Amino acid sequence: MTDTTVDGAQGAKPGFLTTAALQKAVAFVVLVALLGFFSLFAPNFATGSNMVGIMQATAVNGVLGVAVTFVIISGGIDLSVGTMMTLTAVVAGIVLTNLGMPLPLGILAAIAAGAFMGAVSGFTIAELKIPPFIATLGMMQIARGLALVFSEAKPIYFNDTPSYQLLSPVSSISAIFPSIEIPNGVMIMFVVAILSSIVLTRTIVGRMIFALGSNEEAARLSGIKVNRWKILTYAICGGISGIAGLIVSSRLNSAQPALGLGYELDAIAAVVIGGTSLSGGRGTVTGTIIGAFIMSVLTNGLRVMGVQEEWKIVVTGVIIIVAVFIDIFLRKKS
Amino acid sequence: MKKTLMTSAMALGLALTAAPSFAETYFPIIAKGFSHQFWQAVKAGAEEAAARNGVTITFEGPNTEAEIDKQTDILNAAIAKNPQGLGFAALDSQAQVPALQKAADAGIPIVAFDSGVDSDLPLTTCSTDNMAAAAAAADGLAKAIGEEGKIAAVIHDQTSATGIGRRDGFLNRIKEAYPKIEVVDVQYANDALKATDNVKAMMQANPDLKAIFASNEGAAIGLAVAIKETGAKIVGVGFDSGKTQKDAIMEGTLIGSITQNPVGIGQCVVDSLAKAVKGEELPKNIDTGFYWYDKSNMADANIAAVLYD
Repeated sequence: MTDTTVDGAQGAKPGFLTTAALQKAVAFVVLVALLGFFSLFAPNFATGSNMVGIMQATAVNGVLGVAVTFVIISGGIDLSVGTMMTLTAVVAGIVLTNLGMPLPLGILAAIAAGAFMGAVSGFTIAELKIPPFIATLGMMQIARGLALVFSEAKPIYFNDTPSYQLLSPVSSISAIFPSIEIPNGVMIMFVVAILSSIVLTRTIVGRMIFALGSNEEAARLSGIKVNRWKILTYAICGGISGIAGLIVSSRLNSAQPALGLGYELDAIAAVVIGGTSLSGGRGTVTGTIIGAFIMSVLTNGLRVMGVQEEWKIVVTGVIIIVAVFIDIFLRKKS
Repeated sequence: MKKTLMTSAMALGLALTAAPSFAETYFPIIAKGFSHQFWQAVKAGAEEAAARNGVTITFEGPNTEAEIDKQTDILNAAIAKNPQGLGFAALDSQAQVPALQKAADAGIPIVAFDSGVDSDLPLTTCSTDNMAAAAAAADGLAKAIGEEGKIAAVIHDQTSATGIGRRDGFLNRIKEAYPKIEVVDVQYANDALKATDNVKAMMQANPDLKAIFASNEGAAIGLAVAIKETGAKIVGVGFDSGKTQKDAIMEGTLIGSITQNPVGIGQCVVDSLAKAVKGEELPKNIDTGFYWYDKSNMADANIAAVLYD
């Protein structure tokens, strides 16, 4: 993952760190500081198994965060990623358990379902001119409702597809390097992040998404087919939410139709903490992953220290506000 | 599906005419939710009793168990239909008393279920004694660890009557009956994924933990997944059922669990309402019961009948 970001319509300022890169660096320092703090003050925090536990607790939120990073950089928002994750998990359950199809088809169906529903959101936003907040708020309910309808409000289990465990709890890498027991769900998060980072910084798709978020009118006037790229952006977000759906249902060995509400806010929080601007045109996938790690290190560390659940929620809220304050502060300076 | 359509159509008909007829006795049943397995089982029991008593019911609930305002809307709409009786599981034992007062003023008999209402408006309450059920979980857990050592609990909710009842029932029993057991941590998690990471953090903080209690289906799934992932030798005790939990007990990941009798709760509500309409006296509370189940008795007919997948 590289630090290349497009900062505003003019592109990166030469010679010095861009604002997003600077904020990402700040987020990284915060993450290291948190790790240091908890290692010193929370007994049993700094162990290998706990680090693996933290990574596993980050996987779902990290992937959802990456999904919504695309949309936020394009100047939009997607509130449906949490319930979309649930819907795609249910789709995987139907294809694998109810229809008895092989694993690759289940994976494909979940990602395709997410991409399709994302494209529908994109269509209502681009063509029907419904504000993204409203369109995806509607989609959040549609996805939640469909997940309940398709599953008949019951969890779908993957006991007939033992290979489904490969998508999250199993650690394939430990078969090659026995000392690295990183579960596959975490590896998938890193792969998704690296590929997304490449797409955003090295391809025409990424350039268009940044162009949309920087100045949509300018993009339109320079001949970019704005609507098409917008629909694609939401489709990518939906497809990646589908990957999160696979990871969560693999870990729980079941598609839980009632889960997922509220996950979109955690994902957006990770994006914001990672330095991606909610007004669009600026942001990085690396930042989002760091943001997701900050959230789970905080949660885990406070729990291991024995801090009450209620206070943990308060602290997370404070961190989000501080992150946005840093965002505003750095933008003013540049 | 057809049946629900028919009952809704009948309810609509009743609402339009608003004339109580003796041929069609109608009871709206308002639950705390509908997407959870537990509520589906309550609904099945209510529908069975409705068919047996020759009455029509509707079964509704809000999307999540936090939406007290939406449940109150559903309640008001149901009262406006002028039904012959009303079954109600309050999300908040106090907030909805004024709405229930309206029903009582209109002469509609009320039967509370699952969790009680802080008022004498309901003729009776069909529920599990959550304190007693969680105490039974504490007994099962204590026995499995030789009545000594450090334990923890993961509770599904810190504000609802079931969350508070099960937490306190469990903790009180441990405190009173097992002086050598120390409760080192009580955490909250409202879904299976969060419960998993939560339990793992608790194990991390307390490496000498001997047992953990989980207070509902979601928490128990999280507990089972966490024990499986870490391979820790920890005694897990759950609550309610569901396939994951049943499998975990069969495999030995969890040693046992408490099941309520959701089908019995549903039947009790409709049967009590039917009795109320006929003018029969009802006891103030009807305990619908609970069972401790583990590998040894899961297949017993009376247990298997109340477990759900």
